[in-house]
Amino acid sequence: MKPEADLAGRSGVIRAAFRRSYPRFRLAVDLRLPGHGVTALFGHSGSGKTTVLRCVAGLERAPGGFLEVNGHVWQDDNNGIFLPTHRRPLGYVFQEASLFPHLDVRRNVEYGQRRVPLASRRVSLDQAISLLGIESLLDRKPDSLSGGERQRVAIARALLTSPNLLLMDEPLAALDLKRKLEILPYLERLHDELDIPVLYVSHSPDEVARLADYLVLMADGSVVADGPLQQTLARLDLQSSFADDSGVVLETVVAAHDDTDRLSRLDFNGGSIFVAQRPEPLGRWLRCRVHARDVSLTLERAEHTSILNILSATVVALAPTESPAHVLVRLDADGTPLLARITRRSSHVLGLGPGLPVWAQIKAVALLD
Amino acid sequence: MHPTDWSAVRLTLELATIVTALLLLIGTPVAWWLARTPSRLKGVIGAVVALPLVLPPTVLGFYMLVAMGPRGPIGRLTESLGLGLLPFTFSGLVVTSVIYSMPFVVQPLQNAFTAIGQRPFEAAATLRAGPWDTFFTVAIPLARPGFISAAILGFAHTVGEFGVVLMIGGNIPGKTRVVSVQIYDHVEAMEYTQAHWLAGGMVLFAFLVLFALYTLESGRRET
Repeated sequence: MKPEADLAGRSGVIRAAFRRSYPRFRLAVDLRLPGHGVTALFGHSGSGKTTVLRCVAGLERAPGGFLEVNGHVWQDDNNGIFLPTHRRPLGYVFQEASLFPHLDVRRNVEYGQRRVPLASRRVSLDQAISLLGIESLLDRKPDSLSGGERQRVAIARALLTSPNLLLMDEPLAALDLKRKLEILPYLERLHDELDIPVLYVSHSPDEVARLADYLVLMADGSVVADGPLQQTLARLDLQSSFADDSGVVLETVVAAHDDTDRLSRLDFNGGSIFVAQRPEPLGRWLRCRVHARDVSLTLERAEHTSILNILSATVVALAPTESPAHVLVRLDADGTPLLARITRRSSHVLGLGPGLPVWAQIKAVALLD
Repeated sequence: MHPTDWSAVRLTLELATIVTALLLLIGTPVAWWLARTPSRLKGVIGAVVALPLVLPPTVLGFYMLVAMGPRGPIGRLTESLGLGLLPFTFSGLVVTSVIYSMPFVVQPLQNAFTAIGQRPFEAAATLRAGPWDTFFTVAIPLARPGFISAAILGFAHTVGEFGVVLMIGGNIPGKTRVVSVQIYDHVEAMEYTQAHWLAGGMVLFAFLVLFALYTLESGRRET
């Protein structure tokens, strides 16, 4: 996975403004999103994230709406522009794979490709098939596939239209954990190997932390906050949206392997951390997740401790949590934000306040791959 | 069997085949529209199409006779087109049979189209398929069982009609005398043996049709 710094140099933007009233819900969004990388639309069910995606696809129409994707206007009702779905160069992956039951896998994945002019095809059949690992499924009918296989076929089918924008509506939500873990690596390869911007709808903080570069937080049909993933995840004012899953992501690079102790050192802006030895070669980017609940604080560096990862940091701010006994502490480790969830009592005992230098002890690091 | 019996059988099959083809051609867009339209006219059109289900055939036959007669709207149209008048002709039988059997074709098709749901069409649209493309590559293949049911029912119902045929076609050998009318004639003439041959054949035919239909239904449920 590449860090945002690599992508930031590229231009391109997605502008989406939709307003529409439904019987039990009002949608009002005005978004300006990066035209590259993975943008997650995150929120509880009913927050309007799927509706936004459907409006982007043209499957639903928000009257008076506006949509521009990297310089191409798809909808501008004030000027009478509304491209029907089949004229928009997009790919769409539904929550349920929605393969055509009367066609075998090969003809399913070729369905979209055949309808794209040769000159616009950037993704080849072989490329999509090997990227999603569906070589052995080509002659099967959709009803003989597992849920995970079906979803991989659906992703390959969407990719083969060589889309300028890939829309994914909770593509993993209908799958059990095992199938999710089966598909996630394919989604990451997609992110790394193809330069297609993705709008990814999800209500799973894990998926978002793992895949997204940019985060849009939605509630009740409107946008609560949006911004680059790392910064947005660390914002104290948004933590009620993440509840127990409060935490940050670290973009690290594999810096050293210790074959004796079977550890790998991962470096990032604010320091380095050790994790159980990784198979990746030196120099590879790895994204890690550090939950706030796995971070504890000390004023002096503990000498005799089993905790391996201790980082020097400065307290930036404190905020209450949904539990009255706990507070969330936002830390700065040399420019990298961290969050710690500690008891209110500990906070008093340590006398925590903005500017105080502390040591952050990280009990667990989740590697997101 | 007597040559006039064979001629009645041939005429019946000819009529049913032509009518079934026309029914599928006309019924498909009607069923598609009924399955997909949000229009308020849907109820009215649906009811009009279903009318022959509940009307006595003589009622429908009577109105068709009037409409296709020299002073009826259809009669004036066919005469001005130089086609002459339709009552007591094979074409008249075809037109009336199409209307009479329409619900037997439209309803299975409409159910089949409705059962597909919205999602496959949305998926096709996101894969660059326009409306016509989607209709032929997604709607029709997915509604295939509905087409088979519709064709079988439309064909069988046309073969079985009697009242409408008598009202419109009369009883002209080789032109409008179909099997059901021929059986009636045999019975009137006390020719029970000949009536048995034809009636027995009809029973067998009806059984085979329904057997095929139910086999098809259960086969569809298993997959």
